[in-house]
Amino acid sequence: MIWETVRLAIQAIFRNALRSILTVLGIVIGVAAVIAMVTVGQGSSDQVTADVEKLGTNVLMVLPGAGRMGPGNNSVSAALDLKDVEALIDQLSSVRTAAPYNQTTLNAVYGAEDARTSVAGTDTRFLDVVDWPIVQGRGFLPAEESSGRAVCIIGETVRQDLFGNTDPVGETLRLKNVSCEVIGLLEAKGASSFGTDQDDIVLIPIKAFQRRITGSADVSMIYVAAADNASTDRALVEIETLMRERRRIGDGEEDDFNVRDMKQLASMLTGITDVLTGLLSAVAAVSLLVGGIGIMNIMLVSVTERTREIGIRLAVGATGNQVLLQFLVEAIVLSMIGGVIGILLGLGLAAITSNIMAIPFSPAPSIVAIAFLFSAAVGVIFGYFPARRAARLDPIEALRHQ
Amino acid sequence: MAAPTPVIELRDVTKVYGHGEAEVCAMDGVNISIASGEFVAIMGPSGSGKSTAMNMIGCLDSPTSGEYLFNGVQVGKLTQDQHALLRRNYLGFVFQGFNLLARTSALENVELPMIYKGMPAAERRKRAREALAKVGLAGRESHDPSELSGGQQQRAAIARALVGDPQVILADEPTGNLDTKLSIEIMELLKKLNERDHITIVMVTHEEEMAAYAHRVIWMVDGKVESTGTPDEVFKRGKQSA
Repeated sequence: MIWETVRLAIQAIFRNALRSILTVLGIVIGVAAVIAMVTVGQGSSDQVTADVEKLGTNVLMVLPGAGRMGPGNNSVSAALDLKDVEALIDQLSSVRTAAPYNQTTLNAVYGAEDARTSVAGTDTRFLDVVDWPIVQGRGFLPAEESSGRAVCIIGETVRQDLFGNTDPVGETLRLKNVSCEVIGLLEAKGASSFGTDQDDIVLIPIKAFQRRITGSADVSMIYVAAADNASTDRALVEIETLMRERRRIGDGEEDDFNVRDMKQLASMLTGITDVLTGLLSAVAAVSLLVGGIGIMNIMLVSVTERTREIGIRLAVGATGNQVLLQFLVEAIVLSMIGGVIGILLGLGLAAITSNIMAIPFSPAPSIVAIAFLFSAAVGVIFGYFPARRAARLDPIEALRHQ
Repeated sequence: MAAPTPVIELRDVTKVYGHGEAEVCAMDGVNISIASGEFVAIMGPSGSGKSTAMNMIGCLDSPTSGEYLFNGVQVGKLTQDQHALLRRNYLGFVFQGFNLLARTSALENVELPMIYKGMPAAERRKRAREALAKVGLAGRESHDPSELSGGQQQRAAIARALVGDPQVILADEPTGNLDTKLSIEIMELLKKLNERDHITIVMVTHEEEMAAYAHRVIWMVDGKVESTGTPDEVFKRGKQSA
């Protein structure tokens, strides 16, 4: 009987093909929007997580300042220095290695080419911390690091902008008024999840940076890699304790530095994407609701149009419940067809968008299932009222209806 | 020996539509008894209550007062769903306007009542074909109503009415939309069903030629049964009083 009813419903839907298409359009758009939003949102979340993992989940950053934002945070805190870096490495078992990192933005010039780029003063250990291989040339030699020689390792973007087809290794570029020999080329990394180009960078020895660019011995940030056998949480606690000691912060006083780990950063970033995804999906869900109302509207029109048909069915012995079921199933089948088309369309849109945005295409089976069930539920909810109206028609009136 | 229970028995049935000033008494103390195997024509001028009586017999309408017994069962005490079951299993309807489903083949139209009985598709198809053959529409199973002539549409409707092996066929002005030649064909068909298959037929009509096919005519005026008898008797009486 139920199969018979479904068959009848499909027949009725195809009998009015154009109207059926217009009716399900609302559901199709609603479901497609929700699916596309959630899938693209999930994709960018995954991208962020992958980015952070690329950077190393065991990476921590030590920065001066309390790390609080907003009013009340006007304390001037002491900068870090190179001794802090050595102390972290030497005194803490949970720290595998660490590297200073000072960064600024400068014009880099080579021949007639010039480009604004990020210049960072660091040492070879930085490439170890963030796991960034050199694909051509070599890293800093200990002698170059201790003497602060003007040599540099460049990122892929800088190579393209300044050198074009020329082999950069051995060439000399100019940063501000410092002439720097290019000794190495970093592997291309692509854009970070912040949207910045990580390859747009020139690395020089920290001492060269301090002496020739900033003229101070401050270190503005320390990258730390936790030891393989230590959790980042333990490393974080140990670093905080050591830094408090070194900076002579008494009990009860607040830190004048802060330590961040990549996991926090990752969860913060994915948190933002999740909120955005949620908001956009909510907007899309409203269109699903509108689609449902569209179905109800058409089903009501359909009941009026088919009053005579309903009268005939009642006269040949259909019970009120059979008529109710027929119209209800019709609404459900209609909205489920819309749901399926919407899911396919939404996944298609998400695949295209993911491709354009260069993020992974991550369709979640759960959201597909939810969208499908939701569209069926729309059919039940918005189909029930018209169906009940059909079932309660007075057969005599219905037969007389022209 | 007691008389067999009539198939249809209306006992003092009254039907009032509307309230207060607008109150209309469509049936006023009507007593009708129809035995199994009878061919009865209900006649009367418009507004005489013959259609209301027909709807009442078809369980499409319920009396304001009085009783309707179908095979001795009080229909008024049955539920809405039981009315539907009664229509499905015992009654077949034939309407003036044919009332076939548009854009649906003759075969599917005839299958309709059996769908609600929950009969398997193959069985349904077989019986629908047989019913169409019985009314002379073999070979036209796949035609839509719009592809059939008026007479053929009415035959398809009759096939639909008889496919469920009903005890009674209720025909409401079955020839009202047809010309004389086709009307006679339809009447011959109904007569055959009555004589050969012993189906009780109750027909509403205002045409004497059609009523002449019936065994008995019930003449209604102003919601009351004015006279009843063989067609000849009733028409003669009517002419005398005119």
